[in-house]
Amino acid sequence: MNIAVVDSGLRELSYAEAIREAMDIALATDPRVVLMGEDIGVYGGAFQVTGDLIDKYGPDRVMDTPISELGGAGVAVGAALTGLRPIFEFQFSDFATLAMEQIVNQAAKLRYMLGGAVSVPLVMRFPAGSGTGAAAQHSQSLEAWFGHVPGLKVVQPSTPQDAKGLLLAALDDPDPVMIFEHKLLYKMRGPVPEGAYWVPLDKAEVRRTGTDVTVVATGIMVHKALEAAEVLAGEGIAAEVIDLRSIRPLDRDTVLASVRKTGRLTCVYEAVKTLGIGAEVSAMVAESDAFDYLDAPIVRLGGADSPIPYNPDLERAVVPQVPDIIAAVRDQARGAL
Amino acid sequence: MPDSNPENLPFAIRHYSPDQLRGALRKMILIRKFEEGAEDSYTRGLIHGTMHLSIGQEACAVGACMALSDDDKITSTHRGHGHCIAKGADVARMFAEFFGKETGYCKGRGGSMHIADVAKGNLGANGIVGGGLPIAVGAALSAKRLGTGAVTACFFGDGANNEGAFHEALNMASIWALPVVFVCENNKYGMSMSTERSTAVAAIADRAAAYAMPGVSVDGNDFSAVAETVEGAVARARAGAGPSLIEAVTYRWRGHSKSDRNRYRTKDEIAGWMAQDPVPRMAAMLRAHGVLEDEGLAALEAEVADEIAAAIQFAKDSPAPRVDHATRDVLTPSAA
Repeated sequence: MNIAVVDSGLRELSYAEAIREAMDIALATDPRVVLMGEDIGVYGGAFQVTGDLIDKYGPDRVMDTPISELGGAGVAVGAALTGLRPIFEFQFSDFATLAMEQIVNQAAKLRYMLGGAVSVPLVMRFPAGSGTGAAAQHSQSLEAWFGHVPGLKVVQPSTPQDAKGLLLAALDDPDPVMIFEHKLLYKMRGPVPEGAYWVPLDKAEVRRTGTDVTVVATGIMVHKALEAAEVLAGEGIAAEVIDLRSIRPLDRDTVLASVRKTGRLTCVYEAVKTLGIGAEVSAMVAESDAFDYLDAPIVRLGGADSPIPYNPDLERAVVPQVPDIIAAVRDQARGAL
Repeated sequence: MPDSNPENLPFAIRHYSPDQLRGALRKMILIRKFEEGAEDSYTRGLIHGTMHLSIGQEACAVGACMALSDDDKITSTHRGHGHCIAKGADVARMFAEFFGKETGYCKGRGGSMHIADVAKGNLGANGIVGGGLPIAVGAALSAKRLGTGAVTACFFGDGANNEGAFHEALNMASIWALPVVFVCENNKYGMSMSTERSTAVAAIADRAAAYAMPGVSVDGNDFSAVAETVEGAVARARAGAGPSLIEAVTYRWRGHSKSDRNRYRTKDEIAGWMAQDPVPRMAAMLRAHGVLEDEGLAALEAEVADEIAAAIQFAKDSPAPRVDHATRDVLTPSAA
C-alpha cells in the first residue's frame, strides 16, 4: 500500500520505520525516555517496530517487560508520575483490556484527583485492527473505549509522516497519549521528513478536497476512503476525505467547515459501528449549525456487531471495504442530487 | 525498671533520639485524633461521601515512615489518612480536602480516598485495591534510572494481596532489583472476608518467596518492630539490593467504611485487639525508657487536640471550589 500523495522529494520510510525513527530521536535527545513492552528488546517487537533500538540504547532504556500488561502499564504510570517519559508498547491493542485499570483509573485521573498537583506524561502505543488472520482476540479496534475517558488523548496516525510526528508530539505532551497504529499500515511506505517535527494532537487533516460529500475516516480507512474517492471522481462525484487523526480531542472546526461546504457526511471507521466514533462525529454535526447545511441523511460505515472472524473472506466482510464506501457515498450523493 | 544492657533495649529506643521518638508518638496521637475528628465531622454532616478510618493501625503508618525522608515516595490506600500524616502532611489541608474545599490537598477534587501530598513524597491514596502497587514500582524505576537514591514505600492492605497487580508488581520489582518496600497492613479483613478465608498462604509475608525477596511478618501494633523491619528493608533497597515484603499484622477498630454493619466479626475479637492499642503501647515504651514523662504525654495530647480543632476550623472557614472550575485540571494546561 502506498500513500496517494504528490512526490514531495522526501525520502520514504515505512510506517514502522517512521515510528522507530521517532523513538530513536527521543531516546537520543531525552535521557528520561524509556521504552517498555513485551518482546521489544532483542526480538524487536512483535511487529518489528522497536527493531534494533536495544543495540543502540541497551536494555535499561529498551526494557522488555514480563507478560504482565496490568503491572507493566502501572509501572509506566508510576514512572511517568516521577520523572521518566515512558513509551509503553502493548503487543496487541487487545491486551490493553488487561491493563484498563491502570489506564482508565490511574493514568487518566491522577492529575484530576490530585487537584492538578501532578501530570502523567505517558505515551502508549497500541497495534490495532484486523486483516492479519489473527481472529477475535488479536484484531480489535478499541480506540473509542479510550476516547470515552476524560484525561486521555487518543490519536490514530494513518501515514508514516504522521506516525512519526504524532509520536514526537505525544512525547512532548504532559498528559497520557494513546496512539492506535493499524497493523496493516506498518509496512506502508511514504515520505517522512528527517529530524524532529511535531504533528499537532488535535488537528484533522484534509487528505483530498471535494465539494459533494465529506468522508470522515480514521486510521487505515483513510486509505480506503481515498481509493473510493478516486473511483467516485470518475463518476463525477467529488468526495472530500478528512483524516480525523485525533479522536480525542475531535477537530470540530475542520469537520464542520467541510460539512457546511458539501452538505453530506459519511463516516468510515473499522471499529464496531455501534456507539463508535462515527456516532460522535455525526452527533457533533447534528448538534451544530452545520446540521442546517445537510442535504442528505448522515451515513456511518463501521465494523459489524461481531467479533473479528478467522476466515479471510469473513474477516473482510465485517469491516468496511472500498466497494462499500463507493456504494455508500454514491447513493448518498445521488440521492440528494 | 528499664534493662540497662543496650542490646536488650527495643530497637526504637536504641536507634532514634528522644525527640524523634516523641515526634513519632505525637504523629500516632495526631492520626488517632484526626480519624476521630473526621468521624465526628462526618456524623455532623460536614463531610459527605464515605471514608475508611485507620484507628488501631497507627503504628504501621508511623513506624514505616520513620526510615523515609521527604525525597522518598509512598503510595497509599483507601485507608490512607495515617500514611499521609506519617509522611508529614498538614492536617488542616487534609480536613479541608475532606470538606471539599479549594484549600485541600486536592482542591476538593479527590476527597478522603485520593488524599495526596506530592511535596512530601506521598503520591496519593488510591480507590482501587492494588492500584498503587505497580505505580510504586514505577516510582522506584524512576529513582533507579534517574539516580535519585529515593526509596518508595508501597502501602497496601491484605485484600490487595489477592489482586493480580500485587503479583505482577512484586515480580517486576524483583527482576529489576528496584528500591521499593512493600508494606502490607494486614488488618485481617478485606471488607468482610477474613484473610483465613481469602488467602491460600498462612502469612502474606510468605508470598515473598514466590518473588525471591525477603518476606517478614511483624506485630503491626508494635511501633518499634515495624520501624526496625522497615528500616532494614529501606537500607537494603537504598543499597541496591532490591525489594522486600513486610506484613504488619494489625486491626482496624472501625468498620470497613461507613456502610459496615460489623456482621463478620465478634465484639470479643474487636475488644481483644483494642486491648493491644498501639498508641498507649508506644507511650508506655517511651515512659519505660525515660523518654517521656506523664506531663509530657498530657502536653502532647493537649497540643494535638488544639491542632485538630484549629484544622477543622480552617477547613470550615476555607472557600469552596468554584463550580465553573469543575472540569479544570483534567488536562495539563499548555505552556503557551
